[in-house]
Amino acid sequence: MSGPHTHALLVHGHSPVHHLPARVKLVAMLGFVVAVVITPAEQVWAFLVYGLLLIAVLVLAELPPRHVLKRVGIEIPFVLFALFLPFLGGGRRVDVIGLSLSEAGLWAAWNVVAKGTLGVGSSVILVSTTEIPHLLRGLGQLRVPAVMVAIAGFMVRYLEVVGSELSRMRTAMAARGYAPRWIGEIRALGAAGGALFIRSYERGERVHQAMLARGFSGEMPPLRPDPAPPADWLTGLSVPVAAWFIAITALLL
Amino acid sequence: MHIPDGFINGVTSLGAGVVAVGGVGAALRSGGRSLEDRQIPMAGLSAAFIFVLQMLNFPVAAGTSGHLIGGALAVILLGPALGITALAVVVVMQALLFADGGISALGLNVFNMAILAGLAGWVVFRALMAVLPKRIPALLAASMVAAWASVVVSSLGFVAQYSLGGRGLVDLDKVLSAMVGVHALIGIGEGIITATVIGAVMAVRPDVVRAARHYRIARSKEAAPSRKAMTVFTAVGLAAALVLVVFVAPLASPDPDGLERVAIDAGFIETAEDSPVAGPLAGYGLEGVADDRIGTIAAGVIGLVVTFAAGLVLVSTTRRRRRRPSDRVPLH
Repeated sequence: MSGPHTHALLVHGHSPVHHLPARVKLVAMLGFVVAVVITPAEQVWAFLVYGLLLIAVLVLAELPPRHVLKRVGIEIPFVLFALFLPFLGGGRRVDVIGLSLSEAGLWAAWNVVAKGTLGVGSSVILVSTTEIPHLLRGLGQLRVPAVMVAIAGFMVRYLEVVGSELSRMRTAMAARGYAPRWIGEIRALGAAGGALFIRSYERGERVHQAMLARGFSGEMPPLRPDPAPPADWLTGLSVPVAAWFIAITALLL
Repeated sequence: MHIPDGFINGVTSLGAGVVAVGGVGAALRSGGRSLEDRQIPMAGLSAAFIFVLQMLNFPVAAGTSGHLIGGALAVILLGPALGITALAVVVVMQALLFADGGISALGLNVFNMAILAGLAGWVVFRALMAVLPKRIPALLAASMVAAWASVVVSSLGFVAQYSLGGRGLVDLDKVLSAMVGVHALIGIGEGIITATVIGAVMAVRPDVVRAARHYRIARSKEAAPSRKAMTVFTAVGLAAALVLVVFVAPLASPDPDGLERVAIDAGFIETAEDSPVAGPLAGYGLEGVADDRIGTIAAGVIGLVVTFAAGLVLVSTTRRRRRRPSDRVPLH
C-alpha cells in the first residue's frame, strides 16, 4: 500500500519547469492549448512557431525525447482518422503523388493532426513535470470543487490497486480455461466486473472507516504551502502569452 | 469517443465547457451533504473502477473498437448525482494525466460522456422500471436498454457538437449515420456488460446498487441476464441500429449541405465530378437506385450490415488468437 508517492508518468527532475507551482502550469497549458485551437489551420507558420515553443519547453524541462514520443502515441487513432479526410472531403481536388485528394479535406486533416499533437504535447509536459498531489492541489486552488478534487485524489490513489486487482482476476480466469470467443461468453467478464465493483466499493468503505479512526472530520489536512510568487507566474505565462500573440496575429492576417 | 484538441472549433468547445461546468455543478449540489464526507472514498474507488473498466476494449469494426463508457453503469450503481460526478472526474483525469481527449475539448467530452451518458442512462432506466415488474430479470433488462441508450445519446451529443463546430468537412448526414450506427452496435456490448456487472452486484450486495433502492426487488436465484435475454437484446439492438440509420439519418438533412448549397448557388454543381476513389457506395447512394433517398437508405443499411459482420469476424479472430496458452497467461 505504501511506496513512493509518485507516478509512472513523472520524469523526476529539478528543471525550472519542474519547480513551477502546479496551478501556474495548469493555467499556462490551458492558455496555450486554447490559443492553438483558435488559430486557423491555413496559417502553417503559426503551428511551426507553436511547435518550436513546445520543443523549447521540453528542452528546458530536460525530458527525454523517447519518453515524450511514446506518450504522444496516444493520438495515433485520430491521426489514422485524419488520413481519411482528404478522401472523404468534397470541393476542389488536388493531385498528390497520383492521388486525387480534396483540398479542403487535406486542410482538415492537417488541422486535426497539428492541433491534436500540440495539445497532447503540452499535456505530456505538464504530467511529466508535476507530481499528482501537486496537480490535484493546483486544481483545488483554481476553484475546482473540493469534492471533485478529493474524488480525483482517491481515484488516482487506488487506480493501480483496482487495475492490478482486475489483472489478477483475468489471470485467475485464464488459468481456469476462460478464453471467450463469442459475445454470449462475455457474461463471465461481466461477473468479474461485478466482483471488482464490490471489492472497490468495500475497499472504499474500509478506507473511510480507517480515515475516521485517524480523526478525519470531512476536510483533508492541508499540504505544505506553495507560494506562487509573481516571478513564477511571469515565467509560466510567458509561453501562453507568446502563443496568444501568435494566434491573434494569425487571425488578423 | 475522446475528442482531441482542434477537432471542434474554439467557440463550441468553450460553450460546451460552460454547459459541462453547470451540469457537474448541478450534480454536485443535488448530491448534497452525503457527497461531501461519507461517500468521497467510495466515489473515488468507484471512479477508479470505471476508469479501469473503460480500458476494456472490445472491437466493433475495422479500425474502431468500442470501450465501455460506463455511463449507465455509474448512475445505476451510484445514483445520478454521484454517478455523474464520478464520470466527470474520470474524463477530466483521463485528459490531464493520459492526454486521452484534448484539454480544450474537456467540456465537450465531459458533456458527452459524463452528463449526457449519465442522464440518458438514468432517465431510461427509471422510465423502464416504472412499467416493468420489480424483479431482477426486469432490472437487468432495464439496465441493458439504459446502457444502450446512454451510448447512443452520447454519440448524438458528438454529432450535435460536430454540426456546430466541426471542421472535418464530412457531411453531417454521413457523420450522423456513421456515429449513431456504430454506437448502436457498441451499445449492444455496453448493454450486456452493464447488465452482467449489475447482476453480479445484485447477487452479492444488492444494498449497494443505488438505483435498486427505489424499488422493492423480489429476491431471485437468477442474477445474471439469461442467454435468451442477451440474444433478444442483440437482435433488438441491431434492429434499432437499422431503424436509426434508415429513418433518422436521411431525414436529418433534407437540404443539401453547406458546400453543395454554395456550389448550386454558384452554378457549378454540374461541373463537379464524383470522387474517383470512392467505391460503389459513393455519396452514400447506390448506383442504379432511382430514388435518391431510397438509395441513401439502402447504402446505410448495407454499411451497417457490413460493419456488424466485420465486427463479428474481428471478435472471433482476435479471440481465437488469444487461445494460444503463451498469450493467455501473463507472466508477471
